[in-house]
Amino acid sequence: MSKNELIRLDGITKSFNGNVVLKSLNLSVMDGEFVTLLGPSGCGKTTTLRIIGGFEMPDSGDLYFGGERINALSPDKRNINTVFQKYALFPHLNVGENVAFGLRLKGVSDRDVEKRVSEMLELVDLSGFERRSVTSLSGGQQQRVAIARAIVNEPKVLLLDEPLGALDLKLRKEMQVELKKLHERLKMTFIYVTHDQEEALTMSDTIVVMNGGQILQQGSPIDIYNEPANRFVADFVGESNIIPGRMPEDCRVEFLGTVYDCVDRGFEKNEQIDVVIRPEDIVLLEEGENSIQAHDRLLKGTVKTCLFKGVHYEMIIETGDFDFIAHSTVAEKIGMQMYLDIDPDNIHIMKKSSLETMTEMEYRLEHDPDAVMEEE
Amino acid sequence: MRGNKIASVPYALWLALFTVVPLVIVLFYAFSDDAGAFTMDNFSYMGLYAVVFFRSFRLAVLCTVACLILGYPMAYAMSRLSKTGQTVALILIMLPMWMNFLLRTYAWLTILENNGLLNHFLSFLNLPEVNIINTPAAVGLGMVYNYLPFMILPIFTSLTGMDESLIEAARDLGCNERQVFRKVVFPLTIPSMLSGLIFVFIPAVSTFVISKILGGGANMLVGDLIEMQFLGGAYNANMGAAISVVMMVVIMIFTAITNRLDSGEEGGVLMS
Repeated sequence: MSKNELIRLDGITKSFNGNVVLKSLNLSVMDGEFVTLLGPSGCGKTTTLRIIGGFEMPDSGDLYFGGERINALSPDKRNINTVFQKYALFPHLNVGENVAFGLRLKGVSDRDVEKRVSEMLELVDLSGFERRSVTSLSGGQQQRVAIARAIVNEPKVLLLDEPLGALDLKLRKEMQVELKKLHERLKMTFIYVTHDQEEALTMSDTIVVMNGGQILQQGSPIDIYNEPANRFVADFVGESNIIPGRMPEDCRVEFLGTVYDCVDRGFEKNEQIDVVIRPEDIVLLEEGENSIQAHDRLLKGTVKTCLFKGVHYEMIIETGDFDFIAHSTVAEKIGMQMYLDIDPDNIHIMKKSSLETMTEMEYRLEHDPDAVMEEE
Repeated sequence: MRGNKIASVPYALWLALFTVVPLVIVLFYAFSDDAGAFTMDNFSYMGLYAVVFFRSFRLAVLCTVACLILGYPMAYAMSRLSKTGQTVALILIMLPMWMNFLLRTYAWLTILENNGLLNHFLSFLNLPEVNIINTPAAVGLGMVYNYLPFMILPIFTSLTGMDESLIEAARDLGCNERQVFRKVVFPLTIPSMLSGLIFVFIPAVSTFVISKILGGGANMLVGDLIEMQFLGGAYNANMGAAISVVMMVVIMIFTAITNRLDSGEEGGVLMS
């Protein structure tokens, strides 16, 4: 993957009917990268994609493509193609003519069109479907036609707007793998929009977590999962236990009334922080197990619920001040007293005010409205 | 399922009583003489009225084509208005249809007649007066005026109901605005145009009041002919029924052709 910047959004702001959807957004996409814009509905991810595609004009800010400002360039003049959410296949054209649409506009000769269309259909596993009517295809097949129709034009960038949203789980997983393969093979830049965190983690080189028209965190899937920048990211990407705490010194954190070892440093003395602990990082120990003696400060709790989730059991462990979610391949009896063992490596510290976002406000309003009112 | 069957009985009866039975009666009349004996005479003598048939058919086709040429751009322009604009335009198009048909047509008489509004206006401008009343042109004008909404409405509905993402997809794949219309919007409105053609052609080919009021006696159409067989001086219910049957067949053929065009367009207008 080359490291040249291909697309840059510089202070992009957009509002619809006085509703601010994007707030001075900055984003840089490298050539050949698979970038996923991840966030809940209404976070501005689709609007960002539509601005890149040329279907919306930013109110302010600049959009650069290969170093050139393209704010006012119409979609047909951009070297970008889109796979639309509901495929948007032309119902009056057959599969072959849908795929050929862009090539014909460019005046490619009939022979070359035919050749490239059949190559593309082969690539998306639809060989011999040229003469089929698009309305006779299944959702998954329509999706493939939509992808073929876009990539046959060999754009620099492929935009994908929740393209797998309408497919069932199994098909979605298959298509995720196929899209990833396609990306590796074509060396095209993919910008993918989804609200499905698992999809984002599976496919992306870079995940951009968005909420309230802003970017909360941008990084590799591993970074986003292991080092979430704030409460919202930790909550949205994967399941997590988020506990308010305090850093008395480097590598020491206090939460739920106890001081623990951790690996994070660089915080101010006694800084208020949020602690993230992933459910799969909690090891449940029974009373009397040998390893308990090795620890002096183990959290103790009662199993409140235990649900079977397929690969693992999901349990809620009540510790008095906080209900932990824990995953384990072993089911525990409801009402059992358990000890929660957490490795210092798996205690992740997040700055509280790293991003002053609407979401944080909304989050607090939801969870502790009185405190918010008092501040105001 | 059984319950559904019982529920459909009244409607089946209704259809039998008011569609099938009358149709059988018309067919019986068409193939019999006034004594009730079987005959084909009604059809073989129809050649006498060939001129009327031809005039009706020609006028209906011209009216339908004129409605298409006027109606499509109008529907397109309407579809590009704001939501409020669309509603206002729709109401303005529908409003005259709520007015009595005869009244609307007599209004045209007062406009077109020799000392009517049009000629007053022309002479006011010192322009030569025109003699348009009692000509096929006046009948055609009255027909286009009355039937134009039937063309505009289906096309307008199809244009406004079009999935916006199809237009965006076309832009995305390299269409400029004119190409979007030619390659996507227009082909997708073809079925609605064909509906419009049927909606206009059928009443146009069997109209009778318009030709009577605006065409005088000289421009008799098939509708007038049929009326004459039942109510007028030439009382001959058998002949009237036979003419009606022929008209029905003509309309059936026309509808079949348009439907055929519709399915023919599927999946291949741009194949060339």
